[in-house]
Amino acid sequence: MNRPTPKIRIRGLTKSFGEKRVLDGVDLDVPAGTSLVVIGGSGAGKSVLLKCLLGLVEPDGGTIEIDGRNLLALNAGARRAVVARIGMLFQNGALFDSLPVWENVAFGLLARRQIRRAEARARASEILGQLGLAASVGEHYPAELSGGMQKRVALARAIAATPEMLFFDEPTTGLDPIMAAVIDGLIIDCVKRLGSTAIAITHDIASARRIGDSAAMLHEGRIVWNGPAACLLESGDPLVDQFTHGRREGPIRMELCA
Amino acid sequence: MNLLLGVLAAVGRSALNVCRTIGSLALFALVGLSHVVRPPFPVRRFITALVGMAYFSLPVVALTAIFTGMVLALQSYTGFARFAAQGAVASVVVLSMTRELGPVLAGLMVAGRVGAATAAEIGTMRVTDQIDALSTLSTNPMKYLVAPRLLAGIIALPILVVVADILGVLGGFIVSTASLGFNRIAYLHNTFQYLQTMDVVSGLIKAAVFGFVIALMGCYNGYTSRGGAEGVGAATTAAVVSASILILAFDYVLTQLFFAR
Repeated sequence: MNRPTPKIRIRGLTKSFGEKRVLDGVDLDVPAGTSLVVIGGSGAGKSVLLKCLLGLVEPDGGTIEIDGRNLLALNAGARRAVVARIGMLFQNGALFDSLPVWENVAFGLLARRQIRRAEARARASEILGQLGLAASVGEHYPAELSGGMQKRVALARAIAATPEMLFFDEPTTGLDPIMAAVIDGLIIDCVKRLGSTAIAITHDIASARRIGDSAAMLHEGRIVWNGPAACLLESGDPLVDQFTHGRREGPIRMELCA
Repeated sequence: MNLLLGVLAAVGRSALNVCRTIGSLALFALVGLSHVVRPPFPVRRFITALVGMAYFSLPVVALTAIFTGMVLALQSYTGFARFAAQGAVASVVVLSMTRELGPVLAGLMVAGRVGAATAAEIGTMRVTDQIDALSTLSTNPMKYLVAPRLLAGIIALPILVVVADILGVLGGFIVSTASLGFNRIAYLHNTFQYLQTMDVVSGLIKAAVFGFVIALMGCYNGYTSRGGAEGVGAATTAAVVSASILILAFDYVLTQLFFAR
């Protein structure tokens, strides 16, 4: 029986900055409607991988297929159309300081001219409500909100256009464990409700096990392990074991000097 | 020999860096300007930029112009008294203000105020991933952040220079009539006697060029900033310094173009 084409298929992806090879032949498959969590140490290339998928960084080689079409072979307009189907939650929210929360949430809808401003405000309130935020929050500016609220607003912005794919860059970084669990719960709800295909990158193993169907570990620019997220703590792989249990001793050597 | 090669290599690297920066700046300007004429144009962002650049710069430009006009009248009077040529004060004030001091001083003031703010705002957006976020939300950052500011700069500076010209002449008029003993009617008559349309128009063209330069340097340095708060600080300084030097350089080039016989 033929296996269905994965929603996202990455093959041999490479990227170097100067002499530093950050991605060294990454291979990954993400089936439609599932969530993949990519774990790995600082500087392993996780954020670069997401930026390559979003077209923010041009890879040196390899392919990125979305629904079977190689993103890197498309012209700029077609590539923009693919990226428009992706919602992205940035590590620090990346909310626009100069705009009120409601306009941040509805930014993508207004940019695509899918909606008028009055409708956009109502739609933003509705999405904020789904994420447990009062409509009055929409009138505030991002700087007036706590870290947890900013993350929720950033999540609201990512899901506002009901994207087919959702990417999360360190969604729980800087949050206390309870707020991290709340954000994870919201992410799971959003992904399920929208039926999206999701990729999350994180250091947070508890978060990875909660939000991922499958997990992959990126080390020295390559995927060194791939399996169910529930098995992260019992993977049997020495690299993954050292990382997930936070052991100092093991095959991973951290660079302490620049 | 090694020392000589080292010096030559350093000079070569610097020259290549300068060429790379000029090329990158020229491309940035061309792409930014292309988004001014390619629809859709972000009108709301343009109005915000125009108000920030023109309206909120009015006090600082007005004060600079009026005091400059006053000092110019005083200095001209004391200088020309040596040759019994005090009658030329009104003409000197108006020609200096419209041709040179209005556009240059307004440009330098706006470079300090708006150029720095633009670089800091866009630089902060760069280092906090807001520019990447724009791209993921179907928005071209050059169209959203740069094009409205370039157009606002081209339009705002001539408006400010008209105000600066009027207030500079007013400053000279106040000092000349209140403390130097000039007759009001005679002073006004002398002011307009030798003033030609080209004097004012050349100043306004200079202002449009300076406005473009200020917006371009603010946007470019902010857009290309790297490395957190330190990078944003460096971008802000570079925006103000480069815009100020370019204003003075373009002032010479344009003056040569308009008035050299």
